[in-house]
Amino acid sequence: MKKLQTLLITVFCISVTSLFAQDDLMSLLDDQTEDPIQFIEATFKGSRLINGHTVQTRKHRELEFLISHRFGRVNSGADELFGLDVSNIRLGLEYGLTKFLTVGVGRSSFDKTFDGFLKVKPLKQSKGAKSMPISLVYFTSMAYKSLKNQDGFEDTESKLAYTHQILIARKFSPGLSFQLMPTLIHRNKVEEINGDNDQFALGIGGRVKLTQRVSLNAEYYYRYDAPENPDLFNSLAIGFDIETGGHVFQLHFTNSRTMIERGFITETTGDYFGGDIHFGFNVSRVF
Amino acid sequence: MKYIVSIALLFAGMVTVSAQDKYITKNGFVKFFSSAPLEDIEADNNNVQSIVDLAASEVVINIPIQSFEFDKSLMKEHFNENYLESEKFPKASFKGKYDAGKQLTAKDIGSHTVAVTGDLTIHGVTRPLLAKATLIIKAGGVQAKTKFDVRVADFDIEIPRIVFKNIAEVVEVTVDLQYTKLDKQ
Repeated sequence: MKKLQTLLITVFCISVTSLFAQDDLMSLLDDQTEDPIQFIEATFKGSRLINGHTVQTRKHRELEFLISHRFGRVNSGADELFGLDVSNIRLGLEYGLTKFLTVGVGRSSFDKTFDGFLKVKPLKQSKGAKSMPISLVYFTSMAYKSLKNQDGFEDTESKLAYTHQILIARKFSPGLSFQLMPTLIHRNKVEEINGDNDQFALGIGGRVKLTQRVSLNAEYYYRYDAPENPDLFNSLAIGFDIETGGHVFQLHFTNSRTMIERGFITETTGDYFGGDIHFGFNVSRVF
Repeated sequence: MKYIVSIALLFAGMVTVSAQDKYITKNGFVKFFSSAPLEDIEADNNNVQSIVDLAASEVVINIPIQSFEFDKSLMKEHFNENYLESEKFPKASFKGKYDAGKQLTAKDIGSHTVAVTGDLTIHGVTRPLLAKATLIIKAGGVQAKTKFDVRVADFDIEIPRIVFKNIAEVVEVTVDLQYTKLDKQ
């Protein structure tokens, strides 16, 4: 009898619980449906943090036209209009072949360099039904210096350099994102005496949103076992992203002259704290 | 003792009865349309979740914001990132009642015009909503259709002046929900 009583009370309790649960139709709906996977979009506004790439890839069938520009050094004096007389430009096109694969090509005025790259995105940060703490992108590029009459760099092979990079990023909150960029750059032939063909570097960068459409970005690449050359420095850049509808404008100050990995990681000749700073901008338009 | 048994049975009975009048959808359709001088923007969502309870004349709707699909993926990114802030507010929802002039049951096969009143929550802001809707009762299912206007500014969604000519101040929302009977597990 005691058992039966317990059973009945249990049944009673279950009935009451389910009745109350149904009392609120919204919680019934929540019970019946599961939260979909929520992908974390827009870890960064642009495909470039400043000089280097971000985990942002082009979406499927989306084409981006990117104009990157660096002026001369701001400490070059009034005669050079504080660097504005000097111009370094890279024109680039990037296209999303699939959701996970972006291809791009570019041409830099510096050393008349052509570059081509692939960006593969195997992991995308998400929460909800499936949680993934980071976004991960593998970036690889090839750059060809087409500058003629450079002593010792006449043959095609010596003009080529390759970059491999893993981009690991996390958007901690809508306003705060960080990224790590372990990088390997292989130059078939190096200009520096005793220079190594392979250069490992670790990049670190991030952004803080100042308003919904403006963010402050910073990026630094540390070179491991860097050649002992007082004319070469680690690349540092600080800048702003300004977003207006289809455009992203990036304005920045950096000690690097070029806008491809081989250039700004291994061949940065400016001393940021000595005032060798280049003002520059990236303008991107997505079609 | 008998008393407890009858109460338990009564409750169990009520649960069964009320479940029979509930209909659910997990892939309902919601579209919004914004017409501005420079461009028209349209976005479709096929992951809308809703339950309608004929016995109580009640309806609840959940709209996952990230499921809105646009012509241009950049629009989708801006919609989620800048306007609806879907990381903070992943869902829009509606909770309300409808009035058909009489109590509708599953036996009232046919199309009925109903007046819907309730609370619409978008971007974390809740506002009252009044709309006319059509409720079509079929054998084994219910379909609900409606169209109403939403003032973007009412939901604290800021449109910067630079895109004023691209995004309308009032957007038209179209809803089409095909429900099937809710099976109790």
